[in-house]
Amino acid sequence: MNLESILKYSQAYNFWQWAARRHPPEQGRIFLSQRRVYILPTRHGLTFGGALVLMLVGSINYNLALGYVLTFLLAGMAIVSILHTFRNLVHLTIVAGKVQPVFAGDFAHFILHVENARAEARRSVDFQCDGQAVTTAVPGNGSVAVDVPLRAARRGWLELPRVTVDTRFPLGLFRAWSYVQPAMRALVYPKPDSSLLPEPRPRPDTGDSINLGIGSDDFSGLRNYQPTDSPRHVAWKAVARGNALLTKTFSARASRELLFDWSDLPPDMGEEARLSRLARWVVLAHQSGMSYGLRIPGNDVPVATGPAHLNACLQALALYGAAPDHGAPSR
Amino acid sequence: MELRRIMAHPPDKLSRAQVLCLFAGLLLALAPHAGRLPWWVNSWVACMFAWRILLALYDRNLPHRLWPILFSLGGVIAVALTYRTIFGRDAGVTLLVLLMSLKLLEMKRLRDIFVVVFLAYFLALTNFFYSQTIPTAGLMLATVLTLTASLVGFNNPQGAVTGNFRTAGVLLVQASPIMLLLFFLFPRVPGPLWGLPQDAFAGITGLTDTMTPGMLSNLSQSDAIAFRARFDGQPPARRLLYWRGPVLWDFDGRTWRMGNVRLNNNYTVDARGPAVDYQVTLEPHNRNWLFALDIPGRIPPNARATHDYQLWSLPPVRSRMRYDMRSYLSYRASAGSDRRDLAAAVALPQAGNPRSRELARQWRSKAGEGPDRNIELVRQAISFFRTGGYEYTLTPPLLGVHSVDEFLFETRQGFCEHFASAFVFLMRASGVPARVVTGYQGGEVNPVDGYLEVRQADAHAWAEVWLGDEGWTRVDPTATAVPIRVDAGIAAAVPRSSALPLLLRADAEWLRALRNNWSALANQWNQWVLGYNFDRQREMLSFFGMRSVDWRTLAALLLWTIGGVIGLTALWLFGRIQRSDPVQRAWLAFCAKLARAGVAKRPAEGPLDYGTRASGQLPARAETISAITQLYLELRYGKVAQPAGVARLRNMVRAFIP
Repeated sequence: MNLESILKYSQAYNFWQWAARRHPPEQGRIFLSQRRVYILPTRHGLTFGGALVLMLVGSINYNLALGYVLTFLLAGMAIVSILHTFRNLVHLTIVAGKVQPVFAGDFAHFILHVENARAEARRSVDFQCDGQAVTTAVPGNGSVAVDVPLRAARRGWLELPRVTVDTRFPLGLFRAWSYVQPAMRALVYPKPDSSLLPEPRPRPDTGDSINLGIGSDDFSGLRNYQPTDSPRHVAWKAVARGNALLTKTFSARASRELLFDWSDLPPDMGEEARLSRLARWVVLAHQSGMSYGLRIPGNDVPVATGPAHLNACLQALALYGAAPDHGAPSR
Repeated sequence: MELRRIMAHPPDKLSRAQVLCLFAGLLLALAPHAGRLPWWVNSWVACMFAWRILLALYDRNLPHRLWPILFSLGGVIAVALTYRTIFGRDAGVTLLVLLMSLKLLEMKRLRDIFVVVFLAYFLALTNFFYSQTIPTAGLMLATVLTLTASLVGFNNPQGAVTGNFRTAGVLLVQASPIMLLLFFLFPRVPGPLWGLPQDAFAGITGLTDTMTPGMLSNLSQSDAIAFRARFDGQPPARRLLYWRGPVLWDFDGRTWRMGNVRLNNNYTVDARGPAVDYQVTLEPHNRNWLFALDIPGRIPPNARATHDYQLWSLPPVRSRMRYDMRSYLSYRASAGSDRRDLAAAVALPQAGNPRSRELARQWRSKAGEGPDRNIELVRQAISFFRTGGYEYTLTPPLLGVHSVDEFLFETRQGFCEHFASAFVFLMRASGVPARVVTGYQGGEVNPVDGYLEVRQADAHAWAEVWLGDEGWTRVDPTATAVPIRVDAGIAAAVPRSSALPLLLRADAEWLRALRNNWSALANQWNQWVLGYNFDRQREMLSFFGMRSVDWRTLAALLLWTIGGVIGLTALWLFGRIQRSDPVQRAWLAFCAKLARAGVAKRPAEGPLDYGTRASGQLPARAETISAITQLYLELRYGKVAQPAGVARLRNMVRAFIP
């Protein structure tokens, strides 16, 4: 038995782990046991304590029997409210829900399912994360979905950071809080810039002097190899990646097929700017119902249409240059 | 999806229900003060409330923050002008009221709301300077409940007002054991921590150290309790109940005064009869004298006897006070009879009341100079009062410069102070040393708790004359002229048409019963709540076997008992927790039923496999078993939470018979 497994039963150690942000994200159902719910008076609680002391001194000095009664009644209420505030938070269960991909600069909405195993409703429970807060109430023996918004600053994976769950119900004199960090991440697409859809230039380097289609030589996508196809149009790169034989197709500009290529963009353009431009094009092309493909270093998305294709393209852009995924859940 | 705003800091505009609930609490806290505050403060507060309500109704912004500052400056100046000070009880309460009403105008954030609510709690406390009766306590509870409910509302903006009241009620109920423990065990301090402001005890009714015509009859309009007495045996007959108070020596032609108090440090009693033992619970009157029947036979702690048989408490009686007393109704009172005293007891102003002086001169010449001269003169005066046709009234005519003459020979209507004053004047004028004694006469036993209640309306004045060997002897000229006053009480003595406090009237039987019950309740209240002090605390602790307790023992006792109460409350609050979730419990019950039917779940078997196997073994129930298993899997591992499904699963398992 190592030290860690003993120490995890200590509330103070648990708190230290969270406060120092050393606690790892948690998988599965997160149960707010009493070990991980902390409680302290709020500023109003301290003010209230000061007021009670004044009232007590007044009652002693003027020998006000009812003054004692009132002061002690309020003190008793404050003491009992500790239990109520604690009870309003403890023994909730938090389960990670879905999170939809978003564009950088927007808010990612992390859905947390909050379950209440007790008959009493929980009132005014706040979920705070990175300056944003939402308040929710959980019915007795019920559950609610809480939407925790988080600003997605950069493209790539956005991990849900530590979420503070707290409550001041019923009197606001005490605040009970707990930290949770469900293992959740949102996919953040690059923020599309404001350019117009391009007129991609012909690609002389592909050597398409043979017209296949209607007199223009724009690469428009891939299709299954047919024995009559020229070997020069076989997508050997795809073959090298282990795909079946595919034939590159070329079409006229009017054919509503576009290929967005990283290397077509101006050479002085930065990486993120290129990704933003490509994201914009992908979105515009999807909106106008065109077929399109994407070619970026390390990733080729063949020409296609539809929402799944859009997501695939945007994901490729979002994860450009990212370390290979080790299978963290994306939910 | 729309982003919900941060609720930890509520919006600038509070909801109407929240504002109304808060205002109800504030008005409850303000209401008892309204009758005592100057008119301009009342109108000020009304204006502030109206302004704030209009702002809330029309969704306007609050005034600029400069306004409240200006207003509060103006308020302080106005208070200083009204009370000539900004300190002290009344000025302090007024300032608090002004401050709270101003705070309404800058009530924006949660912080301001907390300040307003705390001020209102404080205001509820200040009401106890003026009244600590049972109705006051009830009002205090209502105030605290409403204010707390509004506080709950501000911490739970989505909740309904009734729910907030319920939460506040639960809090109050759970707080009361802690309150009781603190109340009874918190170390009580005898005496104030620092000096009290001058006006702390203003407005207490009761006897004073002077007597002018009309003063006692004013007092008789009040049915407030002066003190209560509990006798160890049967109380003496009513006509013997002379509760001795201030003794007045000096007369200036209109007003009788007490003169200098001379403490008698070798107090002895020359008793001529049995002792009467009783306990007095005296209401605070902010004076030094204590009341006892006739001649006190023991001196309470912190008190002395004076040379004229008064009991003199060293500090003024500013809180309800209990003392054990022993009195002698037959005695010889010989103290206070040195040459100086006897000279003071015949002193009269140079001029005034010529007809009375003339009458006294006639008596004196008739009585001669024999050894029984004084007795003879007293007899003469008594028969004069008995046959003079004097009438006892609560509303005596106003008297002029020669007050004694006018009463004796013209109006012939008076209250006890007229009789006593005239009698002592006649005695002194005829050379018999005499003095006025004020106090209370009679009292009424409350059949509910057996306490004898003496009210302000029982205030009385009588005379004492010096009869040489007999000592100072009581003569009650009122009793001589109107014997029914001392035999049956004031209600019987005055004509029916006189204005007497409703409760003193004896006619309505139900009213009497009501009054007695209420008074007994008030007495218990006084004894156990208001009169709970340092001594009572000792008394109660020694009843529980704790003889000598210091504050350390009390603190430890408080800590443990309150800890215990909090533990019990926590059990109440957290006891109903369900350790396993309802889905799991239903499933386990289902497994147990199947096990009884011979299909026990194997340790490594999943629900699906188990269900299939059970269906195979119990083909008649296969459909139900499969339905329950499916629902369980859905609830347990499904994506959507369905509260209704839990109940359905529970019902299905309950109805299942393998």
